[in-house]
Amino acid sequence: MSAYIIRRLLYAIPILIGVNALTFVLFFVVNSPDDMARMHLGDKRVTDEAILAWKQEYGYDKPLLYNREGQGTEAFTETILFEKSIRLFVFDFGRSDSGRDIGFDISQRMWPSLAIAVPTLLVGLAVNITFALLLAFFRASYLDFWGVVICVAMMSVSGLFYIIGGQFLVGKLLSLVPISGYDTGMSALKFMILPVIVGVIGGIGSGTRWYRTLFLEEINRDYVRSARAKGLSEHLVLFRHVLRNALIPILTGVVVVLPLLFIGSLLVESFFGIPGLGSYTIDAINRQDFAIVRAMVFLGAVLYIIGLLLTDISYTIADPRVRLD
Amino acid sequence: MARKLTQTPWAFKTSVIARSALWAILVFTVLPLLGCADTAWNNPYRAGEAVGPVFFGAFSDRPKHLDPARSYSADEWAFISQVYEPPLQYHFLIRPYALTTLTAESMPEIRYFDADGNRLADDVPASEVAYTDYILRIRPGILYQPHPALARNEEGGFVYWPLADEVLHRVNTLNGFEKTGTRELVAADYVYQIKRLAYKPNHSPVAGLMSEHIRGFGEFSKQAAAAQEQLDDDELWLDLRDIPMSGLEEIDRYSYRIRIENKYPQFKYWLAMNFFAPMPWEAERFHKQPGLEEKNINLHWYPIGTGPYMLTENNPNLRMVLTRNPNFRGEPYPSEGAETYRQTGLLDDAGKPMPFIERAVYSLEKEAIPRWNKFLQGYYDNSGITSDSFDQAVQFDSGGEASLTESMRERGIRLITAVETSVFYTGFNMFDPVVGGDSERARLLRQAIAIAVDFEEFISIFRNGRGEVAHSPLPPGIFGFQEGEAGINPVTHTWENGSPKRRDISEARELLRKAGYGDGRDPETGGPLVLYYDTMATGPGSKALLQWYRKQFEKLGIELVIRATDYNRFQDKMLKGTAQIYTWGWNADYPDPENFMFLLYGPNGKVDHKGQNGSNFVNAEFDALFVEMKDMSDGPERQRIIDRMIQILQVESPWMFGFFPKAYSLHHAWYGNAKPHLMANNTLKYKRIDGAARVAAQQAWNKPVLWSLVLVVLLLVASLIPAIRGFRARERSRAL
Repeated sequence: MSAYIIRRLLYAIPILIGVNALTFVLFFVVNSPDDMARMHLGDKRVTDEAILAWKQEYGYDKPLLYNREGQGTEAFTETILFEKSIRLFVFDFGRSDSGRDIGFDISQRMWPSLAIAVPTLLVGLAVNITFALLLAFFRASYLDFWGVVICVAMMSVSGLFYIIGGQFLVGKLLSLVPISGYDTGMSALKFMILPVIVGVIGGIGSGTRWYRTLFLEEINRDYVRSARAKGLSEHLVLFRHVLRNALIPILTGVVVVLPLLFIGSLLVESFFGIPGLGSYTIDAINRQDFAIVRAMVFLGAVLYIIGLLLTDISYTIADPRVRLD
Repeated sequence: MARKLTQTPWAFKTSVIARSALWAILVFTVLPLLGCADTAWNNPYRAGEAVGPVFFGAFSDRPKHLDPARSYSADEWAFISQVYEPPLQYHFLIRPYALTTLTAESMPEIRYFDADGNRLADDVPASEVAYTDYILRIRPGILYQPHPALARNEEGGFVYWPLADEVLHRVNTLNGFEKTGTRELVAADYVYQIKRLAYKPNHSPVAGLMSEHIRGFGEFSKQAAAAQEQLDDDELWLDLRDIPMSGLEEIDRYSYRIRIENKYPQFKYWLAMNFFAPMPWEAERFHKQPGLEEKNINLHWYPIGTGPYMLTENNPNLRMVLTRNPNFRGEPYPSEGAETYRQTGLLDDAGKPMPFIERAVYSLEKEAIPRWNKFLQGYYDNSGITSDSFDQAVQFDSGGEASLTESMRERGIRLITAVETSVFYTGFNMFDPVVGGDSERARLLRQAIAIAVDFEEFISIFRNGRGEVAHSPLPPGIFGFQEGEAGINPVTHTWENGSPKRRDISEARELLRKAGYGDGRDPETGGPLVLYYDTMATGPGSKALLQWYRKQFEKLGIELVIRATDYNRFQDKMLKGTAQIYTWGWNADYPDPENFMFLLYGPNGKVDHKGQNGSNFVNAEFDALFVEMKDMSDGPERQRIIDRMIQILQVESPWMFGFFPKAYSLHHAWYGNAKPHLMANNTLKYKRIDGAARVAAQQAWNKPVLWSLVLVVLLLVASLIPAIRGFRARERSRAL
């Protein structure tokens, strides 16, 4: 397995280079270094000299991809792409274009993101699997039919509706929890309830349907028929056999998102005032802060690769027949 | 027996699961809430925080820079204006806006000189003035807030300079430094800050402007850059005190002089801005120590000032907290103001030492809906009104007067309106061959369009009535603005029954016919005249607005093509002069007509001079009058010149003047001394909060609806029972 992991990690290098180059190209197709300077210096009274000075200080005064004046390798190294990218590979994110240390900000902001995302994932998983098992158990009944209808209806509703509706109903009408905000330590609990509830409810439709499909696929397999023929009760069939065998696709979906929990949710964090990495990224995009955008996309790519690797490893745990060679 | 054996454990398990689920619900939902039972459950603040004179507000955009040399946005000034103190400030109650002293002992002494250094009379024409001296004397005895940069040990040395490694490793924020100190504000701190404006690494947005006015500013900038080059790699701080600026002089401990090229009367307004607030050199040296920058402990994030407040919690991702500066001298509340202020209670605190509020807590609230709801719950003390919540808050009577709705009045909420010192205009690019230029044809076309585009309707539809139609670039409250019939734009409006009335569309069509575009037809193509509107209004939310613009032009038979781009591309078009018709806005830096008229001054053209004149309007008479007007004192002669300038603009119509936005703000009954001031930002010190009234209102308005929790639990249990029954039935049934 070690060889497999090392091979996968080596594969990650060209992927990360590609992701970084793509982010760079997409960003600079939309924004020029002059645009960035104007955004950071403000609209009023910005002179060409001020723009040039800003670009010089933040390293945006060089050619984007290829330096015609550079000698040898300098043609590539004396460029914005190279200078802004190379340090990422040692996880030195540098400073944002507004001067803040990105690594420090990420280390501060990942905890609120995790505080919302982890309970949402765990509670959501438990609720979705429970509902899915219930529907699978009552398959081909009215409960199953209406359950699926409700799931489809819930899937069709925008996530924004759940957020605004949740804030209005639970926070405003019922006055049970704060509408938005965040705090540190145990004081954060009361702010986590509503986003977690909203996140879980918002995910029930798609989650339950997905897991129900997985369970039904397993239920029709031969080994389930054998289990029943042996006289096992339905709940034992479901929990001991179907659930365990459906774990691989469940793991595929779950483990891969584990690292991405750090990144947070853009919409939820924005509406609930959670100072996490999701709102950090969206702020950076709005402010044309390339340093943060680049760092967050890179981090997202790294985490996604780690997630996929973890998924593969988890297969070997869930199913001993799987071998990573 | 066998059946019993298989069922009993399952029944046991289900009851365990059900109980566990109920406990989980209890633990994860109810118990945390019970922990805050002393306050309303939905209170977003810490227990007991709302008691006492504490202000609660919100900010939507996290500040980027809190350094007074760099910061130039309202979001940032909302914080630093409570901390930093320039020598002057705006009077809180006097209108039109007027300057008064802040740390200065008196208003600056202004001396004019000719090229030979001879002193000139105060009323000398600007053309004779070679340079002007502003001499400022600050009050002795003003102290800085407690700050680690000023902390000294028993030997008189600095505690945190140089910074010991163990301290550096221990601290993550400025609050991590245990010792603080203070010192007296001196004139040298003001001099130092002006030098910081010229120091290129600070990227001051006013450096370009100030280099045109302050003598020696540009030279200093070059010298500082050269000195910066000489620093060793490990040296991060350049001591700007060692480099002289010819236009700056520290006269004595409390006095300093700024020498301005020629005559620049508007300079006094800059002295009321944070750019000219003092900076102790010790603070800059402290923050430039190795290792602090990596922890974001720098002047961008930790202001140091002499003002009534200091920033004690600095988390721009969550909340910013200002706390009363214990070293603040206690400035008296103003005692001058209109007589009506006495009746409304705005002068009740006259002469009392400020500030009245102990702490101000600003929470990051990105979205308007939660912000509005939290205001209604009493968790924010004041609020603006978005379009979404406008109908809920405001109603108009038959006379068009805005008032609060019944539900707002029941809560004791109050409404304050004020016309902003801003203008939103739709301009024509004067370089454009169709709508631009000095030809009669283009002028008539612009005039016709200016009549057709109905900004009264625009304000009604898109601004909920929050705005006033502009008849010139000058908003109310700015010298030169004319009320009544004298102030209307005769090209687009007439005066009827005591109010302006937009000219009939038939008059616009007649102008269009005279321009050679009868019925909106382009004689060259025979088809409808096609014009282009360049806008940054993109996205589905802008559809209605853009459709409205099209309809306005359709009244004349003109086809309007929308060219919507993002703001970067829009700026590009403006810089290159490729836009044809565009909409832009301007928010005043200071309340002087020069700050609006310069938007149409020829040498300030966007394309040729990279200035703020987006229409690239050039008119010799207007430009000459502008040069004359800008250096004049307010008076009848200045008014006469301004009137003529406005007349030129109305006839030439480089802009459809658009509208002046009207700010509507709401505040709760416990929020006192609420008086909007659209030029000043340091107004927190004037405000009062009745904490007890707020807590009572919060408790009354936010009683938790407990039966809803019981209902949820009952629903869960009720749904579990048939599920368990069904489950058992299925278990007992035959296999499929």
